[in-house]
This record gives sequence, structure tokens and C-alpha cells, in this order.
Amino acid sequence: MATALTDNPTANDAANDAANDAANGADAGTPAVRLSHVSKSFGRPGHGQTVLDDISLDVAPGEFVCLLGASGCGKSTLLNLVAGLDAPSSGEIRVAGDRRPALMFQEHALFPWLTAGKNVELALRLRGVPRGERREEAERLLELVRLRGAYGKRVHELSGGMRQRVAMARALAQKSSVLLMDEPFAALDAITRDVLHEELTRIWQATGDVSVLFVTHNVREAVRLAQRVVLLSSRPGRIARQWQVGIPQPRRIEDAAVADLSVEITEQLRGEIRRHGQH
Amino acid sequence: MASTETTTATGPSAPGGDGPERPVPGGGDRAADGLAGLEAGLDALETPAAQRTPAGRVLRTKVLPPVAAVLLVLAAWQLAAQADLKPDYMLPGPLDVWNALAEEWYRGTILGTVWNSVSRGALGFAASLAIGTPLGLLVARVGFVRAAIGPVLSGLQSLPSVAWVPAAIIWFGLTDATIYAVVLLGAVPSIANGLVGGVDRVPPLYLRAGRTLGATGLRGVRHVLLPAALPGYLSGLKQGWAFSWRSLMAAELIAVSPDLGTGLGQLLENARVLQDMSLVLGAISLILVVGIGIELLVFAPLERRVLRGRGLLARG
Ligand SMILES: Nc1ncnc2c1ncn2[C@@H]1O[C@H](COP(=O)(O)OP(=O)(O)O)[C@@H](O)[C@H]1O
Ligand SMILES: [Mg+2]
Repeated sequence: MATALTDNPTANDAANDAANDAANGADAGTPAVRLSHVSKSFGRPGHGQTVLDDISLDVAPGEFVCLLGASGCGKSTLLNLVAGLDAPSSGEIRVAGDRRPALMFQEHALFPWLTAGKNVELALRLRGVPRGERREEAERLLELVRLRGAYGKRVHELSGGMRQRVAMARALAQKSSVLLMDEPFAALDAITRDVLHEELTRIWQATGDVSVLFVTHNVREAVRLAQRVVLLSSRPGRIARQWQVGIPQPRRIEDAAVADLSVEITEQLRGEIRRHGQH
Repeated sequence: MASTETTTATGPSAPGGDGPERPVPGGGDRAADGLAGLEAGLDALETPAAQRTPAGRVLRTKVLPPVAAVLLVLAAWQLAAQADLKPDYMLPGPLDVWNALAEEWYRGTILGTVWNSVSRGALGFAASLAIGTPLGLLVARVGFVRAAIGPVLSGLQSLPSVAWVPAAIIWFGLTDATIYAVVLLGAVPSIANGLVGGVDRVPPLYLRAGRTLGATGLRGVRHVLLPAALPGYLSGLKQGWAFSWRSLMAAELIAVSPDLGTGLGQLLENARVLQDMSLVLGAISLILVVGIGIELLVFAPLERRVLRGRGLLARG
């Protein structure tokens, strides 16, 4: 099949450590995101709940990685750590480049007091783009998500799918080399989601070297989008297994190859979940 | 023309069959065009159709009922006055009140009186705004400040500001300072509390989104926190104006002195001293009309604009 297995997270660790030893330059080998032995607990140290346990993960520049796991396994927690919204209890997170990663949420999180265009412009402004260039750049970004006409529209005047596309344009406006997405399409209907999968793939390919770390609990979505699927176990969240997805893009969610790999991953995911019912 | 299309898998263009599973490479442009068209279709289908309520309907459902109610009350009042339920010096009719006001108008003092009160109210409100806003921000954002003065601030809101008048007179005498002090003590807490409430109700998602965009510290306050808190802040302002106006009238009513310009409160008090019930009722109506007028002309449109812009107000 078109899939290769990287069964063993420890093998990954060895690779990480080797790369850590390498000089800290901007050579092609530097990962866009590197998590080294990251753990996160909430509550009092020692007594609290360990949500993430010893996660080590590299995302290469330009790579599209899907983080897959059952609800409550710590996916959002992990993304928040990478986004810098929260600090790990132990371990280290490094993000290449000096820009903070862009983050997209399940809810669009656009500011309702601004128009779609001004939402994008605010991101540009906070990035330091001079006033005179913002309008044109915002229009270019909206054009990229095919919403050229939405510049002056208020958020509530847009449909759910359009809002997520504006949110995507706003995230791209940050011009970060890392795009974090936390179940951004989970609240959309299946038809719209399907279209946005295609759109996201197209935009990711067009931008070239943007790394995407995409969180989902939807196996098919993960296989539809990712170059690599990382399965998280629950309580505590650990990397259970990883799959390289060799199916060439453009894929469709109905493709037989996507379905086959989804079945395999779903089996593994169910196994992880079953373990929790046994005691 | 063909009205229905039935797919019978014949011919070379039939889908499925034993061809490749994915679209042939090279059809990329066509696929992209198809996607754009699909998206445009979805956008068109899902975008809520904007509709405006016709002016006639607004007139019928929004304007007519209150006007009718006011006319009814006036008519009942006029009837009661004409039926001589009470002597005229206790219950003058609306026409008597109107005449009393008209008399003031011809004496040329009434506009000055209204202006005195409105300018005091506006100035006091502006000062309350300048004090209440940073105060509210501090209480909302600094835990220690909130713990220290938060409860006092919301407690002050329930203290009728007329209670401050005697204290203010002792401090400042019968001067403008007394009037402004009472207005400030009435309006500042409600403006600050409105802002605190507005900030507390800001969805945490906006703050997180702002932080990932790089809006931290003061930039976060300016670009995210304040605009997000604006609806709560505005309703605080509206209430703050109502409190300003009430406090101002209380102060003017009690602090009567030749040194102080005549405002509506003083007009009312003078009319009472002269036992001129028509003018008393006239002054009360003026106070009511000015208070409601400013709310309707300034605050209601502002609030409507803000809420409508955010889709928080149903049309119609
Ligand atoms: N701020 C927090 N305080 C305490 N527990 C938390 C906090 N955030 C998340 N958790 C817990 O961490 C676990 C993982 O949450 P989350 O990362 O949101 O899961 P997912 O996104 O995979 O559904 C949950 O059990 C949740 O209760
Ligand atoms: Mg989540």
C-alpha cells in the first residue's frame, strides 16, 4: 500500500536528539516545530491530572501533520502549548522563525466588530505591515480563499464556511511558517467541509513552505489531508502511533485508498479507547 | 428541452467504470474552476438574505403605539381636569401646563434654563466618562483593585445620589462644584460597572485569538478587549447618563441660590415656592422630555448601530 509505518516513537526521539545536537542554524534540517519530551498537567503538581505525557514530535518545514485522537485526549492542550498560549509542565517546545504560529479554532473567532477585510487587516497591522499596503494585501488574501467580494461584509453576514475561510485568510496574514488548526471544520456541514478540505490542500500547496499541524478527531479527515497522521492515546496523551500517508494529492475523502487507511487507523484508535473501559 | 437527466452509464464520458479512481492529472485547472464554482454556489445558498423592514411598517409597529398611548393619557388628564375632581391649583389640565410653559417661553428664559441643565449634565457626564472608563478598566483587569473596590463600586450604584447633596453642600457650599460632585458620584459608578460587566462578558476566545495575532498588552486592550466590551460599556453609558440626569435634578432642586444659574431643577423649586402647579408640572415634563430625548437621540442610535453591526440585533 501507499503507507509506511513509523511504529515507534522512540525511534523518532533518537532522530530528534541527533538533530538537537546539530548546529542551530537555518539549515533545511531544522524542524518547523519541535516538541521534546513535553508533558502537561493541570492542577497541583503531583496531584493534578496529567493530560500530555512525554510527547516528542517534529514537524518538518512545509509538512502537513494531522494530530488525531479521541475527544478529551489533549489535542487542544497540545496546540495551545505550541501556540504559546500556555506553558508546558516539562519539556521544551521550539518553533522555527521569529513569528508566533498562526492558530485557527473550531469557532471562527473573527472579531464581530470588524468587517471580514478589517479582520484580515488587523492581523496585518499587528504583524507590522505599513498602513498603505494593508488594504491591497488583505484583498489578495481574501482572493486566495476566494472571497474577493466579502471585504466589506460583517462576520454575521457570512455563512459558516465563509467565516472559516476568512479566518484562514486572517491566519495566513500572520505570514507565520507554522499554521495550527484546532478542528477548524468540525462545526461545518459535510458538503462545506469537503470543499474546505480541497481549499486547504490547495492553499497549503500554493504557499509552499507553511507547516500545518491540524488537530481532528475525524479519521477520514486526517487521512484526506495529512502527509503524516499522528495518533494520540488518551489519559495520558501519548503518541500511540504514526502513519506516513503516501496517497498523492489531490485526494478525495471517498477514495478507496483513503478509506483503507482510515479503517486501519480507526481500528487502532478504537483499541486505544477500549483500553480505558477495561478497568 | 430535456427536463430530467437520467444517468445511464454508457459512452466514454460515463463516470466510474474501470477508469482511474482520481481525476486524471492535467485536469487541475478544470478541477480548480469547478471548486471555485462550487464554493460560489455554497456561499450564495448559505448567505442569509438581507432584508429591510419597510418604513410604513416601522411607523405602524414602533411609532404609532407610544404616540397613541401619550395622546390617550393627555386626553384622560384633560377630562379629569375639566371634570373638576380637584381644584385647578392642584390639578391643572395639560392645556394649563402648556400655557405656563408658553409664558416662560415668551419671557425668554426657558431656553436658557434648559441649556443650563443640559450643559451641566453633558459636562458632568463627560467628566464621569473620563473618570469612570479608566477606573472600570482597572477594576476589570487588575485583580487587586477589583478585590479592593469592586464591591464598593457596585454598592455605590444602589445608593441614591441625592443622599450626597447635603454632604456636597457642606463641602462646597452652594456652588457649581456641589452640583458636579453629586453628578459624578451618581454617574461614575454606573459607567465603571458597565465597563467591568462588558469586559467580564468578553468571550475568552476573542482574547486568545487576539493573543495569537500578537495583540498583547496595551495593543490587546485597544484592538480586542475594548471593542469586544463595547456593548456592555455602551449600556453602562446609557445608565450613566440616566444617573447623571437624575443626580443633576436632585442637586439643582436642593441647591438653589442666586449665584447658581437657573436650571430645570431650580425652575421646579421656584414654581413650588410660588404654588404654581401648572409650572411645576411643566417643569417636570421638561425634565422628562430632555432626559428621554437625549437617550433617544444620542444613546439609542449609538447602541443600535453597534449591536446591528455585530449582528446582535434582529431587524424589524
Ligand atoms: N485549563 C484546564 N484546566 C484543567 N483541565 C484542563 C484544562 N484544559 C484542558 N483540561 C483537561 O485536559 C483534557 C484534554 O483537553 P483538550 O486538550 O481540550 O482535549 P481535546 O482537544 O483533545 O478534546 C481534558 O480532560 C480537559 O478536562
Ligand atoms: Mg479540542
